[in-house]
Amino acid sequence: MQRKKTIAAIAALLAGVVLATGCSSSSSSGGTTASTDWSKASSAAAGGGMAALVKAAEKEGQLNVITLPSNWANYGTIMSDFSKKYHIHITDANPEGSSGQEITAVQQLKGQSRAPDVVDVGTPFAVEGANSHLWAPYKVASWSNIPANAKDANGDWYADYGGYVAIGYDPAKVKVAPTSFASLANPAYKNMIGLNNSPTTAGAAFAAVYAAALANGGSFGNIEPGIKYFAHLKSIGNFVPTAIGGPTTVQNGTTPILVWWDYLLASEVKPVVKNFKIVIPSDSSYASYYDQAISATAPDPAAARLWEEYLYSTTGQNQWLEGFARPIELSTLVAAGTVNKTAYAALPPAPSGSLTFPTQAQQAAAENVVTQDWAKQVGG
Amino acid sequence: MAGSTTQAVTPEAVTSGARPGRVPAPLRTALRWLGVVPFGVYVALGLIAPTVAIAIAAFQDSTTGKFTTSNFSTALHGSYLLGLKTSLLLSIATAIVPGIFGLLIAYAIFTAKRGQWLRQVVITASGVFANFGGVPLAFLFIATLSTTGIVTGWIKAIFGVNIWDHGFTLYSAYGVFFVYMYFQIPLMVLVILPALEGLRPAWREAAQNMGAGTWQYWRYVGGPVLFPSFLGCLLLLFGSAFAAYATAEALTGGTIALTPIQIGALLNGNVLAGQQNLGYALGLIMVVIIAIVMIGYTILQRRAAKWLR
Repeated sequence: MQRKKTIAAIAALLAGVVLATGCSSSSSSGGTTASTDWSKASSAAAGGGMAALVKAAEKEGQLNVITLPSNWANYGTIMSDFSKKYHIHITDANPEGSSGQEITAVQQLKGQSRAPDVVDVGTPFAVEGANSHLWAPYKVASWSNIPANAKDANGDWYADYGGYVAIGYDPAKVKVAPTSFASLANPAYKNMIGLNNSPTTAGAAFAAVYAAALANGGSFGNIEPGIKYFAHLKSIGNFVPTAIGGPTTVQNGTTPILVWWDYLLASEVKPVVKNFKIVIPSDSSYASYYDQAISATAPDPAAARLWEEYLYSTTGQNQWLEGFARPIELSTLVAAGTVNKTAYAALPPAPSGSLTFPTQAQQAAAENVVTQDWAKQVGG
Repeated sequence: MAGSTTQAVTPEAVTSGARPGRVPAPLRTALRWLGVVPFGVYVALGLIAPTVAIAIAAFQDSTTGKFTTSNFSTALHGSYLLGLKTSLLLSIATAIVPGIFGLLIAYAIFTAKRGQWLRQVVITASGVFANFGGVPLAFLFIATLSTTGIVTGWIKAIFGVNIWDHGFTLYSAYGVFFVYMYFQIPLMVLVILPALEGLRPAWREAAQNMGAGTWQYWRYVGGPVLFPSFLGCLLLLFGSAFAAYATAEALTGGTIALTPIQIGALLNGNVLAGQQNLGYALGLIMVVIIAIVMIGYTILQRRAAKWLR
């Protein structure tokens, strides 16, 4: 998730250390009710059904989420609706934090009542957490509607919402409509094209490089052509490598063309830039989803599970869509006719064909390549 | 910088002489130490503990937690080595050039005959500018000097030249160097002024009485006295640039390799997972470099203090 970094690296180091030294983890908390230990329940049915889950969750009355900005993917509405419906108070820690900070919080606050119950993280972090046994396996009622390549078979983590890498542009300043990555090499776009951030830091910018690789003869196993592509755009003067790409830089003309997630272009840039256009490049469709996971040491295990059930209900899925994020079960909603049609129409049409994702090994290898080569190739 | 050291010694001598025996000596010593406790705790928690923790984590494997030196071999190869080199070069360049400019400005206001007010304005403004940094600073330059910036527009309107068509750019190492001057020059003015004020007019008059010209005065008197302070200030500027982070990242999006940016990506980012300890290793390398710089600074300050007492 692209979220603002507010603290410098050294500050982060210090903070991490203070946390590490300040709290020695004691015991992990167990279940809350005598009848069912919800911390061990791998589905609502396994714990005694939805009614029992609701009852146990309402008894806990508390849910700790982390790094959910209220203006991100409609989380503000989702949290307040959930709170109202079940009378469960939600504490949202560090709303502007990053996936890495979520993992750190789960590890370091373990055993405390303020530890996160659920997380919403990028896939590499979901997998890292699963490898470190941080997650409690859980399968929501609509588990079978989540594509198999977008979830952990064991139920440790599961994709929640995401979108496609897209090209957004301000037609007032961009006279020729871009349609593809190839078209962005047009000399008319000199000093116009930006990413939201550095691909070594931000998931969205990294995805843009991955998508560019797919458009230029690369593959999930070979991201290098994507780096070369941006190096070329920089050498011809089209690429503006600022790390603060967003609504402001589109508005003030620093980057009238922005390569970003379609849902962020729709939710953050479109409302402030008149006639702003969003296209999914014709020569590459790259989608990525964030993931939900329940902490194995969640202080509110039933509320955590109820939260997941809510997110993967038709209501929860549509609420994400209303925040311009594509929920993972979108095709089910469309097929069943339960989709919010207005919200669905606000996003550019999804490319045909089923979703494909890089494997974890491919993703990790690509991250290292970008980390090693981005500055070397695109700088200079 | 100058007078404070001499003052620190005198009160003790006065009190112990004037009021003998009212408070037993050991207790007095203990009380005196008590005053330092808050600072000691602060240093222990804020500096020593984190440094030790970083040093330990730097030698641990990110996943297994076992002892390893592989973080350092990674940190000293490839893009991380490039990052260290670029960071050092950029910091050295943004110490020397603003150092010289800052010295000239400080000297100008130091010698300005009229205008206490000008002096006050420059010092106050320097205090403000020297503390302006981070993303807001990057954005200030983007808003004024990017392709669509206000000043770029003015230059185009007045001179008919688009500076961006002639090789000017903010989004490179040169751009970062340029932007760093904004806070480095005022910082130099602030830190070198006390040293300039330590140059006593009497020395100059004495030199002139013995027939020395301006050049000879600076070559044999002013220069040697000022030089350790000047170098010390450069080291301070070096440290300031070396640790700067957000501005460079906002301007270049990681297209120039800088160690603090890389640490940020490893510890705080959304892309690289499970390599925190490499970040700690890079952090420790930075700590060592800054420690060397600070030792150099202390030695130079001692030399400078000899003359500026």
